[in-house]
Amino acid sequence: MTPNPYLWVVPILPLAGAAINGLFGRRSSKKTISTVALVFCGAAFAMALYLAAGFSSASAPYYFDLAHWIRSGNFQVDFSFYLDQLSLVMLLVVTGVGFLIHIYSVGYMWDDDGYYRFMSYLNLFMFFMLTLVLAKNYLVMFIGWEGVGLASYLLIGFWFTKDSAAAAGKKAFIVNRIGDFGFLIALFLMIKHFGSLDFTHVFAAVRSLPTETAGAGLLTAIGLLLMVGAAGKSAQIPLYVWLPDAMEGPTPVSALIHAATMVTAGVYMVARSSAIFERAPMAMMVVAIIGTLTALFAATIGIAQTDIKKVLAYSTVSQLGYMFMACGVGAFSAGIFHLMTHAFFKGLLFLAAGSVIHGVGGEQDMRKMGGLRVYMPWTFATMGTATLAIAGIPPLAGFWSKDEILWQAFNASWVYWLIGVITAFITSFYMFRLMYMTFGGEYRGAAVQGAHGRDVHGLDAHGHDDRSHGHGHGEPHESPWVMLGPLVVLAVLSVFGGWVAGYNNHFEHFLAPVFQGTSDVAQEASPEAGKSTLEYLLMVVSVGVAGLGWFLAYLLYSRRPQLPARIAASLGGLYQAVANKYYIDELYAVLFVKPLIDGSTTILWHGVDQGVIDAAVNNSADAARHVSDRARHMQSGNLRSYAGWIAAGGAVVIAYMVWMGLR
Amino acid sequence: MVPLSYYLLLSGILFMCGVLGFLIKRNIITIFMSIELMLNGVNLSFVAFAAHWHALSGQVFVFFVMVVAAAEAAVGLAIIIAVYRTRETLNVDQVNLLKL
Amino acid sequence: MAGAINLLVQSHPINSALSLIAVMAALAAEYLLLGAEFVAAVQVIVYAGAIMVLFLITIMLLNAGAEERTKGSRVAILLGIPGVLIGGVLVAWTLLNRSNTQAVPIGALKGDPKDIARLLFHDFLLPFEVTSVLILIAIMGAVVLASRPRAVASGLRKDG
Repeated sequence: MTPNPYLWVVPILPLAGAAINGLFGRRSSKKTISTVALVFCGAAFAMALYLAAGFSSASAPYYFDLAHWIRSGNFQVDFSFYLDQLSLVMLLVVTGVGFLIHIYSVGYMWDDDGYYRFMSYLNLFMFFMLTLVLAKNYLVMFIGWEGVGLASYLLIGFWFTKDSAAAAGKKAFIVNRIGDFGFLIALFLMIKHFGSLDFTHVFAAVRSLPTETAGAGLLTAIGLLLMVGAAGKSAQIPLYVWLPDAMEGPTPVSALIHAATMVTAGVYMVARSSAIFERAPMAMMVVAIIGTLTALFAATIGIAQTDIKKVLAYSTVSQLGYMFMACGVGAFSAGIFHLMTHAFFKGLLFLAAGSVIHGVGGEQDMRKMGGLRVYMPWTFATMGTATLAIAGIPPLAGFWSKDEILWQAFNASWVYWLIGVITAFITSFYMFRLMYMTFGGEYRGAAVQGAHGRDVHGLDAHGHDDRSHGHGHGEPHESPWVMLGPLVVLAVLSVFGGWVAGYNNHFEHFLAPVFQGTSDVAQEASPEAGKSTLEYLLMVVSVGVAGLGWFLAYLLYSRRPQLPARIAASLGGLYQAVANKYYIDELYAVLFVKPLIDGSTTILWHGVDQGVIDAAVNNSADAARHVSDRARHMQSGNLRSYAGWIAAGGAVVIAYMVWMGLR
Repeated sequence: MVPLSYYLLLSGILFMCGVLGFLIKRNIITIFMSIELMLNGVNLSFVAFAAHWHALSGQVFVFFVMVVAAAEAAVGLAIIIAVYRTRETLNVDQVNLLKL
Repeated sequence: MAGAINLLVQSHPINSALSLIAVMAALAAEYLLLGAEFVAAVQVIVYAGAIMVLFLITIMLLNAGAEERTKGSRVAILLGIPGVLIGGVLVAWTLLNRSNTQAVPIGALKGDPKDIARLLFHDFLLPFEVTSVLILIAIMGAVVLASRPRAVASGLRKDG
């Protein structure tokens, strides 16, 4: 391990930006705020590139101890940073995509009153995410973990005057917290049994333990608890409910946090803990099952959604399921590969959706869109590219990563593979559905000017109000170049990003030192020249399935647009269930939320707070008052009563003296 | 020959009468006179003890007590006159401004 | 003792004052019996002569009449009288039971004025002088307190 003193600079730069914008932003001009935010984020990106350029697998991993933190007996945790191949990949993704989204936000949020707040929060998020990614021990990672949760809360509830946004922010934070609880217990177990939270120490200790094939043991427990944390942060079953609600936040937030970076923190954490999972097969299986089921489950919900951002939200949950499926079968590098490509195309999808929403004046319901390819050609082109990528059409990025996962899953169990293929079909279907509904056909929406401020979403979906637009009114319009630029860059990445990395399993080899000692199935398969016939066959199947989904979407939404409604009507209850997200939120409300609130109100509030604490204080005050009330009568001003008291007292003294004398 | 204790007993009775008068009577001046009565009772016991123990200082002390009593009577009566001027009453129960 | 009780019983302050004078005269006789002639003389001159005269002057000045019945303090009656009675009973009991009943002869101790004077101006000189100062202060206080309100107020205004 070689020390690298620049490691800690990377997170600090956006923190400085956040502080400056946060403290001084209210009085600064929008130009200053933008410059500050972009400069610091860009500097972090530049720093990341510099580190990447100087990165050499021979001297990796790099580390840097910034300062002491906890020194308690034998237990020691410091502010330490760590850079190995895995961290490098995450670092580049986070800073790169993050920087692009910062640029986009300048355009998107320009007219918002809380502009400085937004840019400050964005930088703050970058700081926490980078801390998470560059951490050398679980505790610093946890700081980042919690911090991104905080930033997510702040950004989801950015338009805090809107009740639904505030509630969504709360929901996100609370559900995250439940996951964090699992994470914390896992940390405690680690401290107890390994005496340290440092990656190198923990993994070395873990590697010395045997694989727990016979049943559950310490490592299984830790693995499962870590998975609970990951499920909370990365929106897997059963803690995914916050992600669709998080679409209340501005679209750049959805792109950055809920597509490209924060939700991938769970995947990163699982990949980082690969040593633990490798030795706990039961935990790995749980991870794979959760991932697979979530992928399918979320995809089915996505079919019936009408809000453009909600479709993308469920798509994110589904794609995250793919990543966990990969990790669960031991293909950690495949999972990270998909994480990277997903950041590209999902980030692009969200940003493009934001462009669409901006262009139609705040409308988010796809049923009111349509025909936008005429008005917004660039957005159409980039979003189309991303859709091809997510559907897994070669040679775009999504194909390489998704295919890798499906191949690894097949080697583990054909059940995973089959569900993965079905999900790919559904994914392709709903994505192209989105494309046809939004860009195809004729424009079904209201005149853009009239749609401002009075649409379904109350406060404009992206903070614009009537005074903002200088563009042509009455019809949808293309977005400014400050927003389109990042779209184009991400589109290019979506096309070429996977190819470069997936070719000859470059990516996997790059990450191999991180996952050494893992039963990465591909390691056995890849030394062979090229790929096997079976792999090609599976590739063809997955591409075919993607094409099938495209065709079906074309059929239902382009050729015969009246069909979907009839199908929906004929399916009746089933359709309703799917459209209402299987009523999971309502179920949670009844099972958990309501009893908790009722219990708190009755027992804790009325019982303890009012009955015990308040009562104690009030009653003691009352008692004091009563006593003094009685005692007050002594001071009556009446001379004779004073004399009476004196005489009585004198009698007491005399009696005492007599008694003493008698003894 | 009168035993000492009889003198002391008388002194005690006089004192008690003084206290009772203080408690019972409503006229301020009468209350003052009860105070004088108390002082006299005490004087008697002083003299009795002085005779019993053949210590002349007891009688000297009686002398001082009387001086103090005189001074106190003078000042007290002046106060009573002042109070009478404002309150127009000699009833101690109506002089209860202390309560305010 | 009769005089003392009478003091309590009488309703008009003049009558109470007169009974007090009677008490003092009786006490003077007692002092003589105990051989304290000087004290007896002083008692008559100072106490009965000066102080009681002062009382009588005040009573007549203020035209004090017979006492009316007013609402007294319940505490005084409830607490005070029992207290007094208890105290008195205790003391009496103690005295009668426990003290040695050694008799004191009549005129046992000669309270010669000469001897008393010696004590007064030798051993008790300081208290003597202090008491004279005390009397001075008392005189001043009495004058101030009893003076007409106008004079006092103007005096205060001048100081204030």
